[in-house]
Amino acid sequence: MPIHEKELIRPENLRTHEQLTVDGVDVSGHWSTFIQSRVVTDYNEAMQDEIAALPGGEFIHRCWQCGSCTNACTVNAVNPDFNPRFWIYLVRVGMEAELLRDKDIVWQCVSCNKCTTICPRDVNPEGVMKALSHWLELKGHTPKSPSMVFDEVFADQVIRRGKIEDGRTIRRFFERTGQALQQDWLIEMAKRLVRHLPVGLLARLGWSAVIAPRTRDWSRARAAIEEYVHDQHAAQRQALGLDAAGGASTTREGA
Amino acid sequence: MSETKSDKYARVAYYPGCALEGTGHPYNRSTKAVGKALGLDLVEVDNWNCCGAMEVKNIDPKVQTYLSSRVMSIAANQMRMDVVMAPCNGCYHNLKKAEHDLAHDPASAEVVARLSAKAGHAAYQPGQVESIHALDWLKGAIGEDGLRARVKGGLKGLRIANYYGCMYTRPRNIFPEKDAGPGSESTSKPHFMDDLLAAAGAVNVDFPLKTACCGGAHTLSDSDLSTKLVLNILNAAEAAGAEIIATECPTCHSGLEMHQIRAEKRFQRKTQVKIVYFTQLLGLALGLSARQVGLHENVSESRELLAAKGLG
Repeated sequence: MPIHEKELIRPENLRTHEQLTVDGVDVSGHWSTFIQSRVVTDYNEAMQDEIAALPGGEFIHRCWQCGSCTNACTVNAVNPDFNPRFWIYLVRVGMEAELLRDKDIVWQCVSCNKCTTICPRDVNPEGVMKALSHWLELKGHTPKSPSMVFDEVFADQVIRRGKIEDGRTIRRFFERTGQALQQDWLIEMAKRLVRHLPVGLLARLGWSAVIAPRTRDWSRARAAIEEYVHDQHAAQRQALGLDAAGGASTTREGA
Repeated sequence: MSETKSDKYARVAYYPGCALEGTGHPYNRSTKAVGKALGLDLVEVDNWNCCGAMEVKNIDPKVQTYLSSRVMSIAANQMRMDVVMAPCNGCYHNLKKAEHDLAHDPASAEVVARLSAKAGHAAYQPGQVESIHALDWLKGAIGEDGLRARVKGGLKGLRIANYYGCMYTRPRNIFPEKDAGPGSESTSKPHFMDDLLAAAGAVNVDFPLKTACCGGAHTLSDSDLSTKLVLNILNAAEAAGAEIIATECPTCHSGLEMHQIRAEKRFQRKTQVKIVYFTQLLGLALGLSARQVGLHENVSESRELLAAKGLG
């Protein structure tokens, strides 16, 4: 599969003047089309260091742009605009404005790890995609993605209780993303389940939804993890030049 | 080698994980039933915790390492077990990842030591246990020959597409025992499930998407993408002539079931192929009933198809 090259010379970057003379030379018309120039201040030099300060982004500097990641990418096969190699290039060069054109799809990485397996330089592109979408959210370029909301709901339950009850995770995710739980396909699925299931199992599933499963004597582990996550997130915000408060805390939600 | 494995895997610590107590319950049920039918001893890890699945690492990867290390620490230090077996690809992947990181990344080892001390248990040391998947377990403990000898009736030429998903083989570096020459599992073309089901009498179709991604990480947060990826898998399996897709991961399994219905509802794309855990199929081949392997707990209704072949 070919790598879908991105084009920096886009129509909006081209300048054609009907009447223009520069230093006595007539540069009017289509034959004298200019590409809008870039200047040093267009580049964000801190960008690579900031991505490297977030978990998963540590090895972005190793990339030599072979394109294996994009070539192997599951999401790229569905949406050619999803291009890890190109985004890694933009971060390394510091072309923030170019990157922001794709800000709403970076989070769609499905973590299949094809890129990380194939990468000859151990860049861990899957981790870079996570770091990048996290960076976009922390910097306020994008709202929290549905994926991040799901991760937070999930991690919050694990850190609180040690275990997950999937029904509860799904309900809270739909709540926080403002979606109705009554999706036609979910209802159809529930119907088929009910048709097959014996009463005993339904009762068991219902019971685990009321009494959430938990790991015994978990409180010390919970406290240790919460403290660690808090410190990590504060350090990450500092590395990105943000104030220590706020941040992507997993522990603020109600039980 | 196979002798030592058959002894070593005859009694293992069993880590079912959260999914197998919820949506993946039929996998739990059939794994235990198959173990019992084959005389293998599963000792559940005492007071286990969630491995963090695919989510906690996005909050902090080292917390995820700690979660898996606690499970392995209990198996090693409290239960004195040598082997931890996880049927769930997510759990299995995370145990292997933690093992790899603790052996190769001093920063991860330091965080795990610190969190373990604060939580009040011994920190897991790499090498204390061997973490394996249910496929490794059955392949090592019984093997194809052992299975052939015990199969009652067999799967009668049932045409199966074996679907392994992402987490069982990727990234390659956390599975040092794979791609290790004859007899070992392959990360590009895995075959352990093919081997076991063939020994149980199934016909494995030539299925090109064994390790394709089902979009499980975004099954709810990016449903349209997941539906497209699942449809690829379902269509490829049908094109290859499969009646059944055999699964070995609860996330893949419920993703395929869920998005098979969603594709029908949202995109009017109906597929007929049934989705069944490989342990359910092995159980049927060993003469267990449909109920004993939990076919009634699947969303995908395969009982009619299997009963017509005299299975279950």
